[in-house]
Amino acid sequence: MMGPKTSPEVGGMGHSVKRKEDPRFIRGKGTYVDDIQLPGMLYLDIVRSPFAHAKIKKIDTSKALAIPGVLAVITGQDLAKYNLHWMPTLMSDTQMVLPVEKVMYQAQEVAAVLATSRYIAADGVEAVEVEYEPLPVVVDPKKALEPGAPVLRTDKKDKKDNHIWHWEWGDAAATDRAFREAEVTVKEDIYLPRIHVASIETCGCIAHFDKVMGKLTVWMTTQAPHAIRTVFALVAGHVGLAEHKIRIVSPDIGGGFGGKVPVYPGYVIAVAASVLTGAPVKWVEDRMENLQADSFARDYHITAELAAKKDGTMTALRIKTIADHGYADAAANPSKFPAGLFHICTGSYDFKAAHVTVDGVYTNKPPGGIAYRCSFRVTEAVHTIERMADLMAHQIGMDPAEFRKKNFIKPEQFPYKSALGWEYDSGNYAGALNLAMQKIGYAELRREQAEKRKRGELMGIGISSFTEIVGAGPSKHFDILGLKMFDSCEIRIHPTGKAIARFGTKSQGQGHETTYAQIIAEELGIPAADIQVEEGDTDTAPYGLGTYASRSTPVAGAAGAMAARKIRDKARKIAAHLLEAAEDDLVWEPGKFSVKGAPNRFKTIQDVAFAAYTNHPQGMEAGLEAVSYYDPPNLTYPFGSYICVVDIDKGTGEVKVRRFVAVDDCGNIINPMIVEGQIHGGLTMGFAPALLEEISYDENGNIRGGSFMDYLLPTAVETPKWETDKTTTPSPHHPLGAKGVGESATVGAPAAIANAVVDALWHLGVRHIDIPITPAKVWKLLREKGVTE
Amino acid sequence: MLVQVTINGEKREAEVEPRFLLVHLIRDVLRLTGTHIGCDTTHCGACTVLLDGRPVKSCTVLAVQAHGKEIMTVEGLEQDGKLHAVQEGFWQEHGLQCGFCTPGMLMTSYAFLKKTPKPTEDEIRWAISGNLCRCTGYVNIVKSIEYAAAKLREGGA
Repeated sequence: MMGPKTSPEVGGMGHSVKRKEDPRFIRGKGTYVDDIQLPGMLYLDIVRSPFAHAKIKKIDTSKALAIPGVLAVITGQDLAKYNLHWMPTLMSDTQMVLPVEKVMYQAQEVAAVLATSRYIAADGVEAVEVEYEPLPVVVDPKKALEPGAPVLRTDKKDKKDNHIWHWEWGDAAATDRAFREAEVTVKEDIYLPRIHVASIETCGCIAHFDKVMGKLTVWMTTQAPHAIRTVFALVAGHVGLAEHKIRIVSPDIGGGFGGKVPVYPGYVIAVAASVLTGAPVKWVEDRMENLQADSFARDYHITAELAAKKDGTMTALRIKTIADHGYADAAANPSKFPAGLFHICTGSYDFKAAHVTVDGVYTNKPPGGIAYRCSFRVTEAVHTIERMADLMAHQIGMDPAEFRKKNFIKPEQFPYKSALGWEYDSGNYAGALNLAMQKIGYAELRREQAEKRKRGELMGIGISSFTEIVGAGPSKHFDILGLKMFDSCEIRIHPTGKAIARFGTKSQGQGHETTYAQIIAEELGIPAADIQVEEGDTDTAPYGLGTYASRSTPVAGAAGAMAARKIRDKARKIAAHLLEAAEDDLVWEPGKFSVKGAPNRFKTIQDVAFAAYTNHPQGMEAGLEAVSYYDPPNLTYPFGSYICVVDIDKGTGEVKVRRFVAVDDCGNIINPMIVEGQIHGGLTMGFAPALLEEISYDENGNIRGGSFMDYLLPTAVETPKWETDKTTTPSPHHPLGAKGVGESATVGAPAAIANAVVDALWHLGVRHIDIPITPAKVWKLLREKGVTE
Repeated sequence: MLVQVTINGEKREAEVEPRFLLVHLIRDVLRLTGTHIGCDTTHCGACTVLLDGRPVKSCTVLAVQAHGKEIMTVEGLEQDGKLHAVQEGFWQEHGLQCGFCTPGMLMTSYAFLKKTPKPTEDEIRWAISGNLCRCTGYVNIVKSIEYAAAKLREGGA
């Protein structure tokens, strides 16, 4: 990319502008949901099931109701009167708000206590007595599919098994043919375990129904406020909530990562409680509720096969997957894609044939299937192809870097149509890998590894050359509950040349207030400091689908640029009027129009803004504002190459990441400082599931990993000292050439780490280890292979 | 029970139950909402405040335990309209993203730099290991604290 086009004072693209949101956060003056306190506010707390599957025989609320300050105990029966005990999921399945017959997972909501304080509400929860009759528990999704397995969704008439859906993509016959003709094949079972986003702020809301005005306001931890408003209107229309009387406010959000996309029962109960009482009702979950009941990510049981020629040319990929969705498919995927964008699984490689199937399954676990800081199911795809590519390279005795370079889609092949139907916009995969290799000193590391191996030391080098797919998405294919996945921006330029811009997305730490202002600064030459960016209030912001799947820059950022360009078009007319020149005779540079050949005759954008309200041309409407609803023509395909060096302690099995070089290419960059910060964070959320995080269940469906005691988030001590670099391959179809970056590193990092560990142990006969690669797993493997300290 | 505290230099008191947590006293009663709650098990550190100068996780301290003591929260860092060096460092070095862990990080850093004016990177990483951040990957938090340390050594705030 060239240097910035604007001055540092204007602060357009390419400037590391200090963040506009930080002055409030560093003073403790942010406003997160739980910071809001309204007069007369009541508190909601939730009774949860100790069983993973059980009939509810009786709920005795009398002791709870006897506690002074407990106002009500809400059960499924209460909600059933209003037909609010079930709600639709984003994937057009159904899930319970509160149960009337049975519970389907441990920690499921059973009843809700409404009280005058947090403490009394918690006392009330303790005092509610529920009698359960345990039912057989289905934990393993493969067993769930076996004939004779207990059918979980007995609420669905005629449902005779636990299979939710079957989805497949690609050319099965061509793939089978390629496998028959293959010179080498490899096959591996890969499990990507259940994990949780664990944003440091949990989920919660304050619902306030104003009975006089008939208006419901909900301050809530949501990444998609507009879509939530529509969902509320659709779900609760029959009890009198209409969309113009619903206002969703998403205030400061303490991290989202996909976990704040779904509608959780707690939100709905709080709304119902406020509508019934007319009082504001606060519900904020604690960390254990967050980990145990909110939407999980991953849980894909994958069987992958790869075919190649002996020279290392990959020819076909075949993947079969069982997707454990818990008791409801409450994933947050575009409607047409129940397995998200998993069919990006051919990755950075030029495959001629591929076929992928995914089967969704019900089990006695919390519902979900959200992203954990990645575009829909892309980490699952990247992990599979990058593990398989490494396996094949090792199998045929080729260096994994050379193997990748041999198979990369070449720069001249873009736009590239993949075997699974995606049209990749741009890429230079070898460029990124070469830079990563050079930066880490790849050849020297391989020499060091060979020497160490002779001495019996365990060192591994792992590569991941991933391709992301973000910016959903073109309306032709992408919608959520029918809502097309455009996004929006509305800009108003005030008479004095300052501006306010509102977007349909919602930052959860990504820095939109800064980067969106920079986009508009780039397009209009108005200093970023003079542009106020707002999001998250459905009463003021234009409708948009929200922030997840790295779609803010690709979609809403583009809307910002397009709205600014509409303003520039009108500004040109006004400037022509002021300068008494023809529009075609004006030259634009960021911030001013001048007359061709007479650079001293010019009008600044601020001059034009003033004139738009004080001296606009006859026949033109006054004002200077525009709205854009941007429907992206394609997705964007950020990419990168990561190289990881690990040392393994033979005594403890601990994997130590010695170095990690990340080369990312997210197209043109708006704010280099913020982009680097996003990559650091993404890498850490790739490292976490690779080595630490997992939510598992015992055979009775008891959760293991349900608090921070045993769900291990990385601290500053374990987290590697990330080394980052970049290449720049602009997106040809995005107005700014940008691609999105928030999730690339989460997607790409786990495979680099897993590949490094297997690389360190390959000579011992180790072919694959499922993440998280814990010391216990490695220790056991080492002992099995006869390695001792 | 009556609890009297000095918080950010100001004397405040409140009537609380014995079981009432310090973090709820600070947030819900004294209405200083910069101190956050991120877990129930004293792991995340979002609730870190200084109690008589020592960093504590206010979600596992009872309000009554703070009786007669000095509390400092994130709102007490800025003096006379001038940001403290740790605040300046986090802003300058992009040491925060969502901002939720930030107040706890700032208080831990503040107390750490008082004890350790010339820290190494490893010392910084260990010092903040009781504060979880999900956004930044810690790289820039380390840089922010290094920035603050240098600034404080130069005699800044």
